[in-house]
Amino acid sequence: MAMLEIKDLHAAVEGEEILKGINLTINAGEVHAIMGPNGSGKSTLSKVLAGHEGYEVTGGQVLFEGRDLLELAPEERAREGVFLGFQYPVEIPGVANTYFLKAAVNAIRKHRGESEIDAMEFLKLIRDRMKMVKMDEALFKRPVNEGFSGGEKKRNEIFQMAVLEPKLAILDETDSGLDIDALRSVSEGVNALRDPERSFLLITHYQRLLNYIQPDFVHVLVKGQIVKSGGKELAQELEQSGYALFEENAA
Amino acid sequence: MSASTDTINELTRKGYEYGFVTDIEQESAPPGLNEDTVRFISAKKEEPEWMLEWRLEAYRQWLEMASPNWAHVNYPPIDFQSISYYAAPKNQPKSLDEVDPKLLETYEKLGIPMHEREMLAGVAPEGRSNVAVDAVFDSVSVGTTYKDKLAEKGIIFCSMSEAVREHPELVKKYIGSVVPRGDNFFAALNSAVFSDGSFVYIPKGTRCPMELSTYFRMNAGHTGQFERTLIIADEGAYVSYLEGCTAPMRDENQLHAAVVELVAHKDAEIKYSTVQNWYPGDENGKGGIFNFVTKRGLCEGANSKISWTQVETGSAITWKYPSCVLRGDNSVGEFYSVAVTRGRQQADTGTKMIHMGKNTRSTIISKGISAGHGQQSYRGLVRVLPAASGARNYSQCDSMLIGDQCGAHTFPYIDAQHPSAQIEHEATTSRISEDQLFYCMQRGIGAEEAVSLIVNGFCKDVFKTLPMEFAVEAQKLLEVTLEDSVG
Repeated sequence: MAMLEIKDLHAAVEGEEILKGINLTINAGEVHAIMGPNGSGKSTLSKVLAGHEGYEVTGGQVLFEGRDLLELAPEERAREGVFLGFQYPVEIPGVANTYFLKAAVNAIRKHRGESEIDAMEFLKLIRDRMKMVKMDEALFKRPVNEGFSGGEKKRNEIFQMAVLEPKLAILDETDSGLDIDALRSVSEGVNALRDPERSFLLITHYQRLLNYIQPDFVHVLVKGQIVKSGGKELAQELEQSGYALFEENAA
Repeated sequence: MSASTDTINELTRKGYEYGFVTDIEQESAPPGLNEDTVRFISAKKEEPEWMLEWRLEAYRQWLEMASPNWAHVNYPPIDFQSISYYAAPKNQPKSLDEVDPKLLETYEKLGIPMHEREMLAGVAPEGRSNVAVDAVFDSVSVGTTYKDKLAEKGIIFCSMSEAVREHPELVKKYIGSVVPRGDNFFAALNSAVFSDGSFVYIPKGTRCPMELSTYFRMNAGHTGQFERTLIIADEGAYVSYLEGCTAPMRDENQLHAAVVELVAHKDAEIKYSTVQNWYPGDENGKGGIFNFVTKRGLCEGANSKISWTQVETGSAITWKYPSCVLRGDNSVGEFYSVAVTRGRQQADTGTKMIHMGKNTRSTIISKGISAGHGQQSYRGLVRVLPAASGARNYSQCDSMLIGDQCGAHTFPYIDAQHPSAQIEHEATTSRISEDQLFYCMQRGIGAEEAVSLIVNGFCKDVFKTLPMEFAVEAQKLLEVTLEDSVG
């Protein structure tokens, strides 16, 4: 059974159709990249999969481990193992990162019928994952994303992913706004989390992320449809030719 | 419009936990207010003649005054002749052991410890203080705990009625010294008909060994509560005092018009914390308490300090401005406030910091949260008088809106009459954004928990000033209050 199956997915924002029939299957352990120009529907796809209420599904189906994902509330999807790394992570003033993550960990554990994590165990988990993604301990004690630089916010997303251990991680433009050093360390974090049981959907505008995270499949999204799929070489091809060719074809 | 807006709407419609009525035999004054009412109350309390005269003078002043209308709140005119000004349980206990079990049960239900066994049994861990409680039920104090223990240190903690009888010299000296009888309409009314409240005196150089607290409960219908509290910290003394308030759910509006006066002498410190949870009325604005309160502290001596912390979640209308008069040189005034308005609640609250002495400092941190159709105003005055060289003030007023039917307003007044004054004012208004909610939910955190998490983060600067036990209570109260604000 596939980890994620998207079948003829249509979705609209404020009445305007953005996704016009997406088909995509992701198996456990695979890394897929979706590339496309601005406005092609990349971020819409990530928000629809995570259950953002501002996006209306107008047709099609999404199965997560064979279950209807679209039936579930956003927090239920998260507890089932769907993680979205945000393009613009929000700040939550006054709420310590520790407190926030512990609430998230416990919500997921409760969903699985497990008891709340004890303080020592949580601390151990946190320390371990901070090392894994090279997260600065000082950041962790601060309020969620408050006053973080763009790079620190993105690293915090990867750190949260490492702690929550999702089955499917959707990373929405994780590379945007990062300098080359930040890009490298964020990518290392992602690579450290690659696992035969875990799938990734990388959403990106630029090919450069894929120099650091090697995808198994690359899909080109233009005007709400996947117009071409291939291996990682497709990304290089795009870097050469740009999206223009595909945009003409799609029109 | 969207799911989270629905959630937010629901979150603002939570029921009120403390709305039960205690069925107990009570006696009360017939509705109406005239000089005889004042005499009746004074006689009930077996007051000396001077106290009665003081009340009558206040009553006469009140007759000449008009209800203030400058606050940003709306309510129908109050008929002062339809209110009963005195209600009390029939059997007045002589000691704690004689308190009516029904009353003890009431306080048990409210989570207020009316027993001293924890300390008597010696189980209170070293360093962690117990709380002494004065319980005020409608117009009378029904019991005060740890009185004897405190008396060993020369600390007086008793009901106001008792203080008038037992410590007339102190009451005479201080009552009305911070909030004069004719200060404002509601203060004058209170001065005429005040019923019970707490009296605290901490002698020179004494640090009060436990938290003192008063728990105000309004039970009787068609009755107003007019508490009067007076706290004096003599030179070098320290006290931390807490007050809590609840009332049954009733369809009528009930008036609560209190006066609180604090006096801190040289090197003394008073920390006054309030968790106000009067019945706020139902979601359509029916019923609820009108909470019109005058609270003021006088930093009389040099290096004295008064700190107000309030968590205001109840009442249909709140009108209160706990203030500090910084007369002593180097004295310090602080005001920390979290106020929540939801349903049809309205609040106009803030503070006044009056700098009179040299190098006086004040800090104001106000956090307002509005949900549902709640309306909230911060109103604050920072005044630096001509003699107050080197005065400093820092004010921060933040408002958070939940949903799109509520309102937040800020009215800061600044009056600096000395060129060296340094006054800073910061204000922000934010909305719990759908993005913040979605972010939390995407991490598996449910909507209600997410709202409570975000709001608690917003209030953190104030909660951390509350005594530990109260901080936990305040957080829980906020959760209960905002539960169902999202859905």
